[in-house]
Amino acid sequence: MKSMVVNFAAGLLFAVGLGVAGMTNPSKVVGFLDVFGDWDASLAFVMVGGIAVYGILSRIFTKRAMPLFDTRFHLPSRKDIDLRLVLGAGIFGVGWALAGYCPGPGLVTAASGVASAGVFVISMALGMKVEHRLSQWWGARHPPSSA
Amino acid sequence: MNNFSPFSALLGGALIGLAASIFLLAQGRIFGVSGILGGLLRRSADVHGLRLAVIGGLLAGGAVLRLVFPAAFQSSFTPSLLNALLAGLLVGVGTQLGNGCTSGHGVCGISRLSVRSMVATATFMLTGIVTVFLTRHVFGGAS
Repeated sequence: MKSMVVNFAAGLLFAVGLGVAGMTNPSKVVGFLDVFGDWDASLAFVMVGGIAVYGILSRIFTKRAMPLFDTRFHLPSRKDIDLRLVLGAGIFGVGWALAGYCPGPGLVTAASGVASAGVFVISMALGMKVEHRLSQWWGARHPPSSA
Repeated sequence: MNNFSPFSALLGGALIGLAASIFLLAQGRIFGVSGILGGLLRRSADVHGLRLAVIGGLLAGGAVLRLVFPAAFQSSFTPSLLNALLAGLLVGVGTQLGNGCTSGHGVCGISRLSVRSMVATATFMLTGIVTVFLTRHVFGGAS
């Protein structure tokens, strides 16, 4: 199916972008976060490049009535800042800084054969499943009050 | 600043932005790796194939990079297996709880001027910086 080829290609291009950007080099990631030490600001430029391109193209593309292979857009609409967001982001940041991998680079590097990235990806998948279970349990314990 | 590489970083970032834009045009969705992987693991019946294709592309990209640009993976720091295990768990839990990561919040979210994403990004940058400060300069030596 054409859409799957495009989605696969997007993933592949994204991976190449990560590699070129240096995101698959944990020492570069940690160096970016090492603000108080030997600071490597390169990753700031990754975000600038990404936001510049995506900022322009996403604005153009979302003006369409619908995407190419779906009947509507599926974009996040939440605007609230809640504890889950802040806590989740905070925890993610700690993990990111420990190994120098975030989800995308972890997957890409694991696929290149790096053992530590493979361990990272497996435990990341485990962590995700744990969160899903915990969230389900929490949701059952704290049902939204009826309006 | 050591190994400062602003040009390849900018180019790489642009490719990331382009890839995410292509996905947005094609499927109308955010290219958030943690969201896509999380959805895959939930085995959500909807758009399962789409998620497989994206993750498959990322993995294939890793194999391609290994062949044509192995320097991408060169690093003066290799996390220990214990380190990688702990980090993975935290990233797994955190990205699901916080609904995103560097791609979803950091690139896509900020580009859309999402305040949620700006707060999330600032937060994970902050805890990341504090963590590196503690591991590198307080408790000494990266593992």
